Amino acid sequence: MQQPGRAAEIKAIGIGKSFGSFRALDNLSLNIGRGEFLTLLGPSGSGKTTFLMILAGFVQPTDGKLFSDGTDITDRPAEQRAAGMVFQGYALFPHMSVEANIAFPLKVRKKSAADIKKRVGEMIERVGLIGHEKKLPSQLSGGQQQRVALARALVFEPGVLLLDEPFSALDKSLRGQMQAEMKRLHQETGTTFVFVTHDQSEALALSSRVAIFNHGKLLQVGAPDEVYDRPDNRFVAEFLGEINMLPLKGVKPADNGSTGLCEDRAVNMHCKAEKVRGDAILAIRPEHMSIAREAAAGENGIAATAIASTYLGAATKLDLTTRQGAKVTVSVPNEVAAAALSKGNSVWLTWPAEKGFLLPDGGQ
Amino acid sequence: MRGVLSDRMGAALLMAPLLLFLVLAYAWPFLGVVKWSFTLPTPGLGQYDALLTDDLVQSVFIRTLRIAAIVTVVSVAAAYAITVVWVRGSPAQRLIAEFCILVPFWISVLTRAFGWVALLSNRGLINTWLQSIGFISEPLTLVRNEFGVVVGMTHFLIPFAVFPLASAMRSLDDRVLLAARGLGSSRTRTFWTVFVPMTRSGIIGSALIVFVFSLGFFVTPAILGGGRSVMIAELIYLRIFQSPDWGLGAAISVVLVVFVGALMGLLFRYVRPKQLI
Repeated sequence: MQQPGRAAEIKAIGIGKSFGSFRALDNLSLNIGRGEFLTLLGPSGSGKTTFLMILAGFVQPTDGKLFSDGTDITDRPAEQRAAGMVFQGYALFPHMSVEANIAFPLKVRKKSAADIKKRVGEMIERVGLIGHEKKLPSQLSGGQQQRVALARALVFEPGVLLLDEPFSALDKSLRGQMQAEMKRLHQETGTTFVFVTHDQSEALALSSRVAIFNHGKLLQVGAPDEVYDRPDNRFVAEFLGEINMLPLKGVKPADNGSTGLCEDRAVNMHCKAEKVRGDAILAIRPEHMSIAREAAAGENGIAATAIASTYLGAATKLDLTTRQGAKVTVSVPNEVAAAALSKGNSVWLTWPAEKGFLLPDGGQ
Repeated sequence: MRGVLSDRMGAALLMAPLLLFLVLAYAWPFLGVVKWSFTLPTPGLGQYDALLTDDLVQSVFIRTLRIAAIVTVVSVAAAYAITVVWVRGSPAQRLIAEFCILVPFWISVLTRAFGWVALLSNRGLINTWLQSIGFISEPLTLVRNEFGVVVGMTHFLIPFAVFPLASAMRSLDDRVLLAARGLGSSRTRTFWTVFVPMTRSGIIGSALIVFVFSLGFFVTPAILGGGRSVMIAELIYLRIFQSPDWGLGAAISVVLVVFVGALMGLLFRYVRPKQLI
């Protein structure tokens, strides 16, 4: 995190943090690639913010080592790591103008007045704050304060930018706008971004990789489509979005993936039955299931009864119960939902083999 | 609406005894003092004219302002250090700081003034100790001068300076300090460029409260000044009780009250009253 203008590569090995008897973070190992946009995702208290604070140098890990570009920085104080950081609530200096806030990290680094002026000017232009230079943070809107915080964190060209739930205070439309802006800044600066959020859609939309945390443990890291489509465990599957879980019996490897019995009907999956044998859970996202009059031989499908529907505008959410009582939710076109509910309610649910995946039975 | 009205009525009723007491015990007699200042010994503005020309009165006014200014600077600086420990220290440090802030409130101002005499006088603890270790041969004059007055007043006023500062430091967002350090600023630099400016309102409130208190001090300067560094309050006392010149004493009182009133007005522009407790 030292050379300005160069994205940092960070390696965490076996990082742990205890607060008294509370284990906030446990044995975390993670590589953050140069110029990557990594999101740390998890519910509150999952350890994601603790890890960010450890990266920034504000929290000292109890165990483990942290490397930046191959150098051990575990014991290096925050002011010498100089990672750019955007805090929840922005943490702008209330007694300084927009300009002075953005100039602060450059002044600390004893840059020349001319250089400071030039770089602050460029940054103000880049985040669209021209005309607000002399204002105090209290005179700005939430979105503008957010931009000042981003500009201040990026102006000294840090190797890594750390963002702690930066959009949590913004309303929905502004959020979308700021997300797009952040993505643009990431591309323009090429810096490594580490972003903390508890909002899964934000995580999936922004990142090149997502790291999912729960109870102080890192559960899975991967590209958004990877963790969404092929979660390693039930928590990740459920946290990333709505999901249907059907009990599966007699799971075994087959040509081209695996096979098993779902409510006494053979179903096929493209994923391999590596970690699971016998009883398992078949997980399918609501948008990957369709309603059919019947399932053809060899096609994945189970019989179900439609109970209720929720109109969502673009689609309808349909709640169904299978013959053996499992609850299933599907997201289908509006007219399909209406037809399913009118037709004596009895339908078939089908899904393509590549969209179902296996989770260990009952496991987390 | 009725609720608000009856709440206000209730509040007014609860405050009424205090207000009544203040009117009877302070406001009404003060109006008498105002009257004296214009009527004694002869009706007119003669006493106020004397205020502007009398060398003794002038020098006492200037000395009072000077002592008050020094006491303010020293008290606020010392209080700032104590408050940082009290608000941001470890639990043990906080406890010790709190003890140091509260204990002086339990000891009367008179006792403390005599305590300082015992410490600072020619045959006091400090001088005898310094002499016995051979650091000095003649006792230092630490009391019955301005130095003694400043020491005694500062000691009395530090706890009062603490509360506005503590209030400002408590409302400060820790993340702003973290942000400064994360941006590369050392602890020292963060303290001077972020922490101190962000507690500005507390510093102003603290300074004004100490200054206002200092202007009216009587007991401490009377004892520790030993009649040699007379401040306004003592001068008023002398004019009323010793060289009966009630008109001049009254005029000085009126000027003092008006000046302090103006400073209080300024104080409440910067600090909410509840921050002072």
